[in-house]
Amino acid sequence: MEFLQQFINGLSLGSVYALIALGYTMVYGVLRFINFAHSDILMLGAFAAFYLSPIVEKFCGPQSPVGAILVVILAAAICAIIGTLIEFFAYRPLRGRPKLTVLITAIGVSLFIEFTCQHGKVFGSNPRPFPKLLNDTQFHFGKLAIGSNDVIVLLVTAMLLVGIWFLVQKTRVGTALRAVSYNQQAAALMGVPVNRIISFTFAVGSALAAIAGILYSMKFPAIEPLMGVQPGLRAFIAAVVGGIGNIPGAVLGGLIIGLLETFAGGIPGLSNYRDAIAFGILILILFFKPAGLLGRSTVEKV
Amino acid sequence: MLKFGAKRWLFIGIALAIAASFLSPNFNRYYLGVGIDVGIAIILAVSLNLINGHTGQFSLGHAGFMAVGGYFAAWISLKLGESAEVFFPLSLLAGGLFAALIGLFVGIPSLRLRGDYLAIVTLGFGEIIRVVAQNTEAIGAASGLKGIPKLTNLGWTFGLAALTIYIITALVNSTYGRGFLAVHDDEIAAESSGINTTRYKVVAFVTGSFFAGIAGGLYAHHKQFLAPTGFDWLKSVEIVVMVILGGMGRTAGVVAAAILLTLLPEFLREVSEYRMILYALLIIFLMILRPEGLFAFKLKRRQTS
Repeated sequence: MEFLQQFINGLSLGSVYALIALGYTMVYGVLRFINFAHSDILMLGAFAAFYLSPIVEKFCGPQSPVGAILVVILAAAICAIIGTLIEFFAYRPLRGRPKLTVLITAIGVSLFIEFTCQHGKVFGSNPRPFPKLLNDTQFHFGKLAIGSNDVIVLLVTAMLLVGIWFLVQKTRVGTALRAVSYNQQAAALMGVPVNRIISFTFAVGSALAAIAGILYSMKFPAIEPLMGVQPGLRAFIAAVVGGIGNIPGAVLGGLIIGLLETFAGGIPGLSNYRDAIAFGILILILFFKPAGLLGRSTVEKV
Repeated sequence: MLKFGAKRWLFIGIALAIAASFLSPNFNRYYLGVGIDVGIAIILAVSLNLINGHTGQFSLGHAGFMAVGGYFAAWISLKLGESAEVFFPLSLLAGGLFAALIGLFVGIPSLRLRGDYLAIVTLGFGEIIRVVAQNTEAIGAASGLKGIPKLTNLGWTFGLAALTIYIITALVNSTYGRGFLAVHDDEIAAESSGINTTRYKVVAFVTGSFFAGIAGGLYAHHKQFLAPTGFDWLKSVEIVVMVILGGMGRTAGVVAAAILLTLLPEFLREVSEYRMILYALLIIFLMILRPEGLFAFKLKRRQTS
């Protein structure tokens, strides 16, 4: 029973990681660099919801499902815009430059968002309570206790994952996205608007991060400007474990890291080492499968 | 480009160090402290420059190696007690060697891979070091290691900084050292020419880690207090920024950047609440406008991705 309880907790945490990891992996797929600012978009999503929910509450009443959905959609839209703007102003001027340059810029963008938001005139660095978007009721099955929020997290993630799969595999935009990730130059020659597809990828990834940020804040309801760092780092590990650039890999990696973290947290001696464990697993996997669990190793051609 | 001989650096540094050790009683404590900070920053930046600039491998864990060396050297000094001063150079060396050993363990698996993986693994390694330091009672756990004897002075710092610059410059300029540049310029071409790229990357990484460990030891005996949070990845980013600002692979530029970036916060105390925001903007604009570094006035080498 204990095991099953932990398993469900791990699954719901892992699915949030999977959502964040998707953003990392999609951006890596099209631009081949790690978007360090992704974890901060997650934080911005949570803060957007924090400021939006009192306004929405006025119209829809407290803790109404419609209001919650509205908050999530609006926050996702705001973050999608922010993500696209970041790409436009910080990353686009660097198109075609060495990868390292872009990577360092991404670190700069991440630090900029973090320090700006920590400033007293913006959000301040004190943690704030995240509003209850929905009433959290506990369902009891014998000894097993499942919170309704966990169920919602799992359901929302499952729906979004199916949506993303459909978007990438079955639509025109998705085809273009895969083409850009496969070979940018060839895609451009075939008439794919590469820049627009990249903007689109950032928008989708950032919207996912915003939703993940809200779901994460529903599980751990204290938000502050650095709240994205830990889940971002773990989701990033998840993306690499699953094989960066690979969408099913990100989901698999997210679930693995979420489950591991939850189970390690249950073992007294190990709980202090949770962060170290995630990275230990990462190093181990890179050692045996350098391209990640589901990634294909590529041969560089001259 | 004006060719700075490696030996000249050594002589300048040693002369500076000797002058400093004569003059240091006359300085006030604040300037003395800042001076030592500058020296430590030079060692860190120049050693990361070997990994990041000359060899082109992106490491985000330099603060981690600094922590390893710092904690190990401080631990030895605390164990020795009275005689710590006599064995100070040896405990610094031990800290450096221990950091190098850890560098070997981290480097071998991650340097076999190409691309961003080293950044990821070293980032993770820094976190692991922090978590381990936070949970190990012998080195003070989360509350930090206190009461480290104050043994670092201007003489040691600048002497070792000069030695670091000398060894790394001489290494890169040697016949063997051409391999680092080859790996940086084009890994595939280097491998096709029979260069063992992994070996070169590991040598660069381990050497860099060694000097980071030394810098950590100096830092520990300068601040007299070590806390796990002082070595987070922001510290690593700071060192990376010194290397970029100086222009990757340009020793003189990197030294100048290390000095500049260590002194800058002291001048920016007035606007300290905006300091880090300005710092982040500096990184972004530098990368967009002057990716070759602030002090690069001629495009020397064409970069390949």
